[in-house]
Amino acid sequence: MPAAKTFKVIGHRTINAVWRIGMAVRFFFLTLMYSGSSFRRFHLTVKELFSTGVMSLIIIIVAGLFVGMVLGLQGYETLKRYGSESALGSMVALSLVRELGPVVAALLFASRAGSAMTAEIGLMKATEQISAMEMMAVNPIARIVAPRFWAGVISMPLLAAMFSAVGVFGGYLVGVVQIGVDEGSFWSQMQAAVDFRDDILNGVIKSFVFGTAVTVIALFEGYDAPPTAEGVSGATTRTVVTSSLVILMLDFVLTAIMFRGN
Amino acid sequence: MERTTLDLWVGIFVVGGIAALVMLAMKVGNLGTYNVSETYQVNAYFSNIGGLKPKASIKSAGVLVGRVTDITLDTERYEAKVVMSLDKRYQFPKDTFANILTSGLLGEQYIGLMPGGDSEMLKNGEQIKKTQSAVVLEDLIGKFIYNKTEEPVK
Repeated sequence: MPAAKTFKVIGHRTINAVWRIGMAVRFFFLTLMYSGSSFRRFHLTVKELFSTGVMSLIIIIVAGLFVGMVLGLQGYETLKRYGSESALGSMVALSLVRELGPVVAALLFASRAGSAMTAEIGLMKATEQISAMEMMAVNPIARIVAPRFWAGVISMPLLAAMFSAVGVFGGYLVGVVQIGVDEGSFWSQMQAAVDFRDDILNGVIKSFVFGTAVTVIALFEGYDAPPTAEGVSGATTRTVVTSSLVILMLDFVLTAIMFRGN
Repeated sequence: MERTTLDLWVGIFVVGGIAALVMLAMKVGNLGTYNVSETYQVNAYFSNIGGLKPKASIKSAGVLVGRVTDITLDTERYEAKVVMSLDKRYQFPKDTFANILTSGLLGEQYIGLMPGGDSEMLKNGEQIKKTQSAVVLEDLIGKFIYNKTEEPVK
């Protein structure tokens, strides 16, 4: 019966997917539960902040600068048609603070730091370091997972803010310095359009949510990876793919909640 | 890596991130230019607000003096009630005139305040009596066509 077999495959995959989501949620709550030690022994978190946050700085700053410069160029070309080049500042700032800052920074963060997290934890599991910890009555979630989780959650909003700030500077470089849009109207229109609570704070909330999602996915994939070379490489790929998709979907949901109407 | 260098780099990273946030708030956002805490509320009735939206700017002599906080329809008068919060530094006479104006031909709409000559000033919660509604382009064209057809044929 080929039909029955198809249904079996579909059923098996669905059960598997739901099971994995359930495990991920359980893993997330376990991480929160055992987070105490990552604040009591804060140097553990600081060490992870270095490898996730500081090491992502260069890619975030360079990408932010170029995204801002492209926004300046493209925005100018479009706004010129309506004779409103002076709105360039508000266009660059709004698109960076609301969307591109949190989203692009989170995508870069997922591929730069998230994949590294998965590979590291996956390899720890493959070389039985995690089992060894359990043997010594050290909780691997408290010792390994929670510090990485908090490092990701803390560094993501900071990275997104830096991305936006550098991007605005890039837009300024192209728009004002190179093309010659009036500097006064560039900044004043920007300040008139960008609201602190509605735009900047919502952007920070977005990046906070993305940071949580990316680190949970990366850590869970690593922790759940089959302890083989193939398993770790597959888990790393899944981290990047899943977290990118989750970022984009969450972004739509959050945007719909935050900027609907008005 | 040594613990102190690690701490140093993480410190630089965190301070840099917070500095970026502060820079966004002050230089890009409106936190540096517009202080929300020191305002007073004034309301006004308009028979038509056109495309006026909450958070539209309120200007007097071209200077930003406040923002529209709330727009509702008053069902007793069937007119739009616009609540504005004005900066405490700027006081306006009681007979101030509120117009809904448009910046540029297709720009966004804002409220322009024309101060009158009254010696008493508007206080918190008071109402601006003299208002002029938004100019709706369709009405204007309608009036124009009506006037044209009224003219005797030469």
